[in-house]
Amino acid sequence: MAEGDWDYYRRMRRTPLFDAHRAAGARMVEFAGWEMPLHYGSQIEEHHAVRRSAGVFDISHMLAADIEGGEARAFLRRALANDVARLPPGKALYSCLLAEDGGVLDDLIVYFAGPDRYRAVLNAATAQADLEWLGRRAPAGARIRPRTDLAMLAVQGPRAREQFWAALPEFRSASEDLASFCSMERNESFLARTGYTGEDGFELMLPAGDAPEAWRRLCAAGVRPCGLGARDTLRLEAGMNLYGQDMDASVTPFESGLGWTVALEGGRDFVGRAALERRAAAFQRLGLVLQERAGVLRAHQAVRTARGEGTITSGSFAPTLNASIALARLPAACAPGERVEVAVRDKRLAARLVQPPFVRRGKILV
Amino acid sequence: MKVPESLRYTETHEWVRAEPDGTFAVGITDFAQDTLGELVYVETPDPGRKLAAGESCAVVESVKAAADVYAPVAGEVVARNAALADAPGEVNKDPYGAWLYKLRPAAGASLDALLDAPAYRKAFGIA
Repeated sequence: MAEGDWDYYRRMRRTPLFDAHRAAGARMVEFAGWEMPLHYGSQIEEHHAVRRSAGVFDISHMLAADIEGGEARAFLRRALANDVARLPPGKALYSCLLAEDGGVLDDLIVYFAGPDRYRAVLNAATAQADLEWLGRRAPAGARIRPRTDLAMLAVQGPRAREQFWAALPEFRSASEDLASFCSMERNESFLARTGYTGEDGFELMLPAGDAPEAWRRLCAAGVRPCGLGARDTLRLEAGMNLYGQDMDASVTPFESGLGWTVALEGGRDFVGRAALERRAAAFQRLGLVLQERAGVLRAHQAVRTARGEGTITSGSFAPTLNASIALARLPAACAPGERVEVAVRDKRLAARLVQPPFVRRGKILV
Repeated sequence: MKVPESLRYTETHEWVRAEPDGTFAVGITDFAQDTLGELVYVETPDPGRKLAAGESCAVVESVKAAADVYAPVAGEVVARNAALADAPGEVNKDPYGAWLYKLRPAAGASLDALLDAPAYRKAFGIA
């Protein structure tokens, strides 16, 4: 961005919670064309709040899109690498959207919201391309409605549900029995027991105009506002990929730790299937834990293994482990437990390969 | 953003303080720590190391980025702040108290060529 590039500022988009973030002292950053909170003072304390208590994230930059109609199910079975036919009503499915060559165009969550009705949540950076891609392939009987009228909040942490109900008691009775990865609707709001932190909690979609009041009530109930900085270290510890960093159109789900989301059984014909069946995985995704306190693992650092070279795709300091960790694209022959070397600035530092996740539900697993 | 009048500054965001024993203490400015965010790793130079002016000699890493720290003047490292290895966040809490290293300036090296507080503020638009 050049100084004085006012077009850039005009293009930057703001969520309905922009004023609330500013009032709470957020450091704002650009993310995928949105002006979003990075942190509200301390991203490390925000991270700990989610592992130990509860935090709330504004994720309204992500786009909900409804896919509706008599052919919605058949269309999604053809469009997505995971199979929506696996879903009972209310249940969520994590899937990749693939190119014909098997490369990952996006990763998304799709909820089976009701008869002939699905709701997908798309990454901010890829939402527009996804909509065009889906729109080009959708039959007349599957209508795609981008829900730009909705805001989205994620409330995450061991105390998230309890504090969510304290703040928004109108959801309590209907969501007390909501199982993990399931969703429910209440008037214009949509509530799911999903997230991107490795902790329990809810994601709430609601009319944009109602979001500031929901945010205010959550904060008043003791839920800590958390920014994208903590969101990134939490998802990294949880071993969850970030699109554009840990995978993109150049790799397949099998090369980015997402093979488990590809439903090959039953011979279902989906976009990218033929290529996946032809294309042997050139890499695998594994985790790294830095063995010495001599730097921080970061994306693009080279990894030297006994079986060839690899690259870190995401790395940071992990507050829960009090150590640096990373996700890496490594030769397919590497295995957890092996020692590797990472080029960190002018040094070669020792790291240990592990199978992510690093942390789940507050517990260190590596 | 604090820029104490009693210190000198570099364009690469180090501050320098002349100590009573003739050495110079070096740290990073409030502006630098605020831009980097919370530090999680600090590497300081070994005592005895001889530095040229402008030489990269320390590293500070935050959650989001790594940054080199440069020698403001030529000299020899005489002390490092070893406590920062386990508490890098001290630099965020107290950027002008948490010095990274001290050097004994080489003959002829002086603070006069460095920025004073008004010049540093002006160079980076700090109010």
